[in-house]
Amino acid sequence: MEEIVKANVDLESDFVGRMILEQGGEKFRQCIQCGMCVGSCPNGYFMDYPPRKFIAALRANMLKRVIQSNTAWTCISCFNCSLRCPSGIKITDVLIPNLREEILLEGKTTPQEVQKALENTSRYGNPLGESPRKRADWTKEIGIPVKVLPQASESVEVLWFVECYPSYNPRNILTSQAFARILNALKVNFGILGHEEFCAGDDVRLVGEKGLFEMLIEHNTKILNKYKFDFILFTDPHGYNAFKNEYPKFGVQYETMHYTEFLVDKIDKLKSLFKKKLNGTVTYHDPCYLGRRNGEYEAPRELLKAIPGLKLVEMPRNRENALCCGGGGGGIWLDSYIREHSKERLSEKRVKEAYSTGANILAVACPYDMSRFEDAIKITGYEGKLIVKDIIELIDEAM
Amino acid sequence: MKGDIFVLVEHLKGEISDITFELLSCGKAIKEQTGGTLFAILLGHNLKSLIPDLGCADKVIYVDDENLSEFSPEAYKMVLVHLLREKDFLFFLVGNTSYGMDIASALAAELEVSCVVNCKDFRFEEDNFIFITQTHGGKILNEVSVPNKAVISILPGSFSAEEGKREGSPSIEEIKSPVSLSTLKVRFKRIIEPEITDVDISKQNILVSVGRGIQSKDNIPLVEELAQLLGGVVGSTRPVIDQGWLPLSRLIGRSGKAVKPKLYLALGISGALEHQEGMKGSELIIAVNTDPTAPIFDIAHYGVEKDLFEIVPLIVQRLKERKGS
Amino acid sequence: MKIIVLTTVIPDLIEELEISPDGKSLDKTYLRYIPNELDDHALEEALLLKERHGGEVVVLALNIREETDEMLFAALAKGADKAVKINGDFEGIDNHAKAKILRKVLENFEFDLILTGVQTVEDIDGYVGPLLASYLAIPYVGVVSGVSYLKDTLLVKKELPGGLLTEMEVSIPCVLGIQAAENPPRYVAISRLRQMMRTAKLEEFQCEKEKNGKIEIKKVFKPEIAGKAEMIVGEPEEIVEKIVKILEEKGIIK
Repeated sequence: MEEIVKANVDLESDFVGRMILEQGGEKFRQCIQCGMCVGSCPNGYFMDYPPRKFIAALRANMLKRVIQSNTAWTCISCFNCSLRCPSGIKITDVLIPNLREEILLEGKTTPQEVQKALENTSRYGNPLGESPRKRADWTKEIGIPVKVLPQASESVEVLWFVECYPSYNPRNILTSQAFARILNALKVNFGILGHEEFCAGDDVRLVGEKGLFEMLIEHNTKILNKYKFDFILFTDPHGYNAFKNEYPKFGVQYETMHYTEFLVDKIDKLKSLFKKKLNGTVTYHDPCYLGRRNGEYEAPRELLKAIPGLKLVEMPRNRENALCCGGGGGGIWLDSYIREHSKERLSEKRVKEAYSTGANILAVACPYDMSRFEDAIKITGYEGKLIVKDIIELIDEAM
Repeated sequence: MKGDIFVLVEHLKGEISDITFELLSCGKAIKEQTGGTLFAILLGHNLKSLIPDLGCADKVIYVDDENLSEFSPEAYKMVLVHLLREKDFLFFLVGNTSYGMDIASALAAELEVSCVVNCKDFRFEEDNFIFITQTHGGKILNEVSVPNKAVISILPGSFSAEEGKREGSPSIEEIKSPVSLSTLKVRFKRIIEPEITDVDISKQNILVSVGRGIQSKDNIPLVEELAQLLGGVVGSTRPVIDQGWLPLSRLIGRSGKAVKPKLYLALGISGALEHQEGMKGSELIIAVNTDPTAPIFDIAHYGVEKDLFEIVPLIVQRLKERKGS
Repeated sequence: MKIIVLTTVIPDLIEELEISPDGKSLDKTYLRYIPNELDDHALEEALLLKERHGGEVVVLALNIREETDEMLFAALAKGADKAVKINGDFEGIDNHAKAKILRKVLENFEFDLILTGVQTVEDIDGYVGPLLASYLAIPYVGVVSGVSYLKDTLLVKKELPGGLLTEMEVSIPCVLGIQAAENPPRYVAISRLRQMMRTAKLEEFQCEKEKNGKIEIKKVFKPEIAGKAEMIVGEPEEIVEKIVKILEEKGIIK
């Protein structure tokens, strides 16, 4: 009891004050402590203060305990809790990011991996710390022309916002190159921003760095305003989510589309271009930020079904029940930290689930899923038995 | 250019460090152009037994003082300023080490002579010395010319220690400290040894070393497996140690151990100068790094421009297969 | 404790470095400058000492590039009490001249301790720390990775080869060249940084040019490609085969 009396009341009221300024932030007050969140959280079994307990602590003026616990850095922003909360509390988008912001503002207790990723993003426009001048290097020597807008003076129909991992990570670059080939085959008039493109910032936002997120929005908006295009196309669900749902809150509105929706519109044309028959059983992993967060479940499946020679099977946890790969919300940077607390990586659980369906191909539609699952396959010993491919790559292979 | 060359003898725990012999070897090479005498200056207490190892020098000036038993930058600076002020030296050579970095510039400032640091070589041209220094993490070299009289700080591994080693009997001048060292502003208290709960990597024949490219503590077991299969041990660069992924005893470089194994496998290591200093002398260096401009490739014998995570598992597999058959 | 921290920006090595047409310096066209990482450590150590013992942390920097402003505001956002920007003509300046300028500016400050990163990537004519200490006639210890303050003296841990540390007692005032702070440099949230940039003021000093040391940089160039590693190319499996062969040939594996 004494501790409650001595607690720093200002801390809680400042925190709440910040939260209610955000869209839907005040909804946390309607928490009925049902526990739906904890139950659906894949890391709930080791998170010190999962959402229910977090809100209870907040109400009891014990926020300091939550700040000092592992909570902030064990959430992977998979959106399960937010989707299911009967009170519609903005757990993933408001509650957790504000908790993380508290820690970032304090500065000293920020995990090094997160600090490095954020410092890299603010300095180089990408969390990997790669030179911005090399952001479009992946387009060189792929044998097909890719318009990099600062140089190409014509306007384009489609602005493909490539994002960081797909531009710099060697494995994800293969997917980007395959997509360029597909767009070329479909005779789409597209362009990319090249070195002017900065991270869209969805993870920066989820990790609570509001100031950096605003900076990225300002930068990207300034760049995009230089060019004419009909809409922005994404191969990365996180970039898609940022532009579709978050940038408008800052008055920045663009037509956005994820590649699965874009390609499914052209499915007949694609079918006519398929020359090869692939051979395999494929199961599809719904990325959190395409599926649960943005409700797109069917277009990816339509595409897979259209590829000749592939048989599509479903994992038990599919669509809104899909099991997160563990890479979102900073998870891709905090792998070691989270692993220390958990019994098994989510990505390892997921590849086991994928294999159990009888599939030999695990299809993904998000760059994080790619690295997370490929690493998990190495750890679980399924190498040679299960491969990970982006839907883009499967389409490309069939052409 | 004419004049005498002076070399600072660096010693730790009663043994002369290799850098001293490298400096003597450099001093010898300079003397070939200038004539003059090659002096070695030894500061310490009860260290006469070390003098025969300094046979490469023409003369040894040995300053014995109780207050010089252990290194104090202040004590060294005071003694050397007094000594060198009297001498007509051309160059005073020190190692670009933890000791040398403290005193080289200060000495130059007090004696009002030039100073050049991070030297790795020199050239003699038209009666002038041009020193070659390394900057920008090893990516840039600079040709620096100095007028007469300079303090030159030389990177370990730049000259051959072997050529600076010679048993002999140089003429010895043993003196007391020319200045009182009883009230020093920098006083040695104690040496802190690293915890010896771990292997001594400097005694290993095979080292598999990791840098930032290893990305996470979780990837260390993979490298340990490789090291084990090769009969060696894992070492690393500073960033990995700072993150706490490996103990300090595994640090290779200026602040860590110097190693000369038969095989040094550098995985995800860029090859910063401080690290290079610790492993340059390895017999066979194979470096794996995705960055083709990484300085490690300048000193490696073989290079692989690939992601270590692509290569290492395959090597492990191959080695297991070989063991099996 | 009154602590001064000397900071500087340096070229970011992540970009390709180009040589200027006259071959005597780096081409600055695409050069990005970032805070010297070791100075970040020095600042962190200063802030930790202030948190433990009270006092004031003042950060100084020569305004050699526009990126200096952001570095100073970040220092304020981290908790420094004052940030001082020293303006002047710094074209072709070396560490001797920098140290002389700093000595002049420091006449305006009282201090117990001066911390700075032990080195930067650009040092040629010596290091700023020991040069400044000499000009100020105060002691210097470098390659320091731990500082404790006990009743008017400092206890510092100096790194030696082989993972050894030597602990030394240093009288104040003094200059310390920091190799590593006890904790990694803390994070500055961008919102805090921007807030500082909007509201805080940097103290400014104008300084006269000082003489460089007596050395001359005749040429700046990139190391030669010759003598580099023999690159092993091909598919990963091919590369591994070649590596295994080399190891066999050298008798490293049977």
